[in-house]
Amino acid sequence: MSEFLQFEDVSKHYGDVKAVDHVSLTVKQGEFFSLLGPSGCGKTTLLRILAGFEQPDTGRVLLGGEDVTDLPPYERKVNTIFQSYALFPHLSVWDNIAFGLKVAKRPRQEIQTEVAKMLTLIQMEDQAWKKPDQISGGQKQRVAIARALVNKPRVLLLDEPLAALDLKLRQRMLIELDLIHDEVGITFLYVTHDQGEAMSLSDRLAVMKLGRIEQLGTPEEIYEAPRTSFVAAFIGDTNFFNGTVAEPLEKHSVLEGFLSVAVDKDYSRLHIEDFPDLECYNDKQIKEGEQIFLSIRPEKLRISRERPKPAPHLNAIEGVVEDVIYLGSQTKYWVRAGDYRISVIRQHSRFLLDENPIRWREKVWISWHADDGFMLEKYSAQDENLIQLPPEEVGETSPDPNHAAPAQPVLR
Amino acid sequence: MKPSRLPMLVTWSVILFFYVPIVILVANSFNSSRFGGSWESASLKWYIRLMNEPSIWHALTNTLIIAGVATLASMVLGTSAAFALHRFAGTRLQKVHYSVIYTPLVLPEILMGLSMLLFFVQLKVQLGLATIAIAHVTFCLSYVAMTVLARLQDFDFAIIEAAQDLGAGWWTTLWRVLIPMLAPGILAGGLLAFTLSIDDFVISFFVAGPGSTTLPIKIYSMIKYGAPPLINALSTILLVITFSCVIASQYMSNRDRRTA
Repeated sequence: MSEFLQFEDVSKHYGDVKAVDHVSLTVKQGEFFSLLGPSGCGKTTLLRILAGFEQPDTGRVLLGGEDVTDLPPYERKVNTIFQSYALFPHLSVWDNIAFGLKVAKRPRQEIQTEVAKMLTLIQMEDQAWKKPDQISGGQKQRVAIARALVNKPRVLLLDEPLAALDLKLRQRMLIELDLIHDEVGITFLYVTHDQGEAMSLSDRLAVMKLGRIEQLGTPEEIYEAPRTSFVAAFIGDTNFFNGTVAEPLEKHSVLEGFLSVAVDKDYSRLHIEDFPDLECYNDKQIKEGEQIFLSIRPEKLRISRERPKPAPHLNAIEGVVEDVIYLGSQTKYWVRAGDYRISVIRQHSRFLLDENPIRWREKVWISWHADDGFMLEKYSAQDENLIQLPPEEVGETSPDPNHAAPAQPVLR
Repeated sequence: MKPSRLPMLVTWSVILFFYVPIVILVANSFNSSRFGGSWESASLKWYIRLMNEPSIWHALTNTLIIAGVATLASMVLGTSAAFALHRFAGTRLQKVHYSVIYTPLVLPEILMGLSMLLFFVQLKVQLGLATIAIAHVTFCLSYVAMTVLARLQDFDFAIIEAAQDLGAGWWTTLWRVLIPMLAPGILAGGLLAFTLSIDDFVISFFVAGPGSTTLPIKIYSMIKYGAPPLINALSTILLVITFSCVIASQYMSNRDRRTA
């Protein structure tokens, strides 16, 4: 059964706001699936529709082929982990975990063995009789997981489960969640605004914006081949160049002794002010004259003192180093070229002290292969607001340099 | 400069002003003299006399029945009202609802008593225990609602969703999660309601009928026929009941605050 969980054309609005806008989505059995997006993108609403706390305006939800759209929350075989954990403060850890089984009127013997198993899984056998206010944040989180898993749900829903934890604990819980997922083999539907969490945990993820799915795929697909400039900027760092598509490149080939000139539609020249001679892979067959963003990830750029030797489809531009941030395994350079401030990441695969590293204010060349750039539709002012997370969420983004807050392109 | 002694002085005068009459009353209830003026000897004879007065037992039974019914009813209604007030906070109707619940706390009792009497007479309802109980519910409810509403301010409603998510229907959620969690607030409000109902004189006086004399009304009528030592003893008993209810109610809401 590969189509295990399905959202079919699901919409939900609150007043004038479309929280979820005709979303269709399929999750496979046993998959770790994430819904990722800035706050207000509808990810939590979608999760609450599956849990049964919200009724969709249109569409239906299928779980294992069965339509569950109209079932109340207590008749669905899904369980939720809430952002605030929502443990029952008047019950002990043991009673919290046993709650679902007791409500289902399972035999006492079974309840005891199942709860004991869960306590072992979360390594809290010796804390079973403590009340929720006597245990730490990480332990509350684990109790919430156990309380949900003990019911053997078909899907476990996680609503920003790590948002309330501090950084260290979050990283540990990330690993624990992954282990638990491997161990129990239940389908996980994970909602987060933290791309670091989503990228490291998910089998597949959907990036959402304003109630719609922008892109769906594996973390690698989404990072390497973003479909829109919003996705490119929201997931990881990127550099944007503002330009128009020019004519396709000519392809020269020798055919039976004659030189034939054919038009190569795979590559297009770009008009970008300051850099007249750039080209980019054009698999989407974007037409001449279209306004686009050229997006290139910082680690796809090479930085050198000398001008790189010309090669087919190699782009090179000249600039001045404005900032150097040494991060141990890699160095991040900010290079000023024309009106752009370009971020470049260099991995140190060789012993660095033998080199004469590039320093502040040096003139450098930045180069990349035309295949590594992406032509994306232009990014609106609205997108920019969405990517700049509201202040209370900024502190929660991962400090990992690969997953840091998105680059802020310098646009004209 | 030495700190002024005035605040201390004022505090003590206020305490004396409030509590000296009560202390005298309690002391006199153990005085064997018929007249409060002079101390004869300590005795429990007025309490014993009280025990043998059937009309007092009758009044006490009435009072407890009314207080019990009024308390239970106002606990249920008050808690429901508090939920509605919390859930729909900010809406126009909620503000009206809040005023309706809040008004009995500030309305003059005599006005409430009189209006209720007119209401019952208009409807040709037989005055008696039932009318007193209904009248008491009208103001007791407000106290319960206010106490529970205070508790709801820091209540995480995700807990209700969590219970449903784990398979509990509305009824199970109510009994296994909501009521146990709000129990301290509901009980504190209930005890307050109980105390107010036992003590109430003005409203009860208006809506009481023949045979439905409550303890405060009984005390009032005894004063008219002059039996001060008995009244002292009776008042002392009433005082003890009231005080213990108030202390228990405060203990509950405090203990709850600390663990929350």
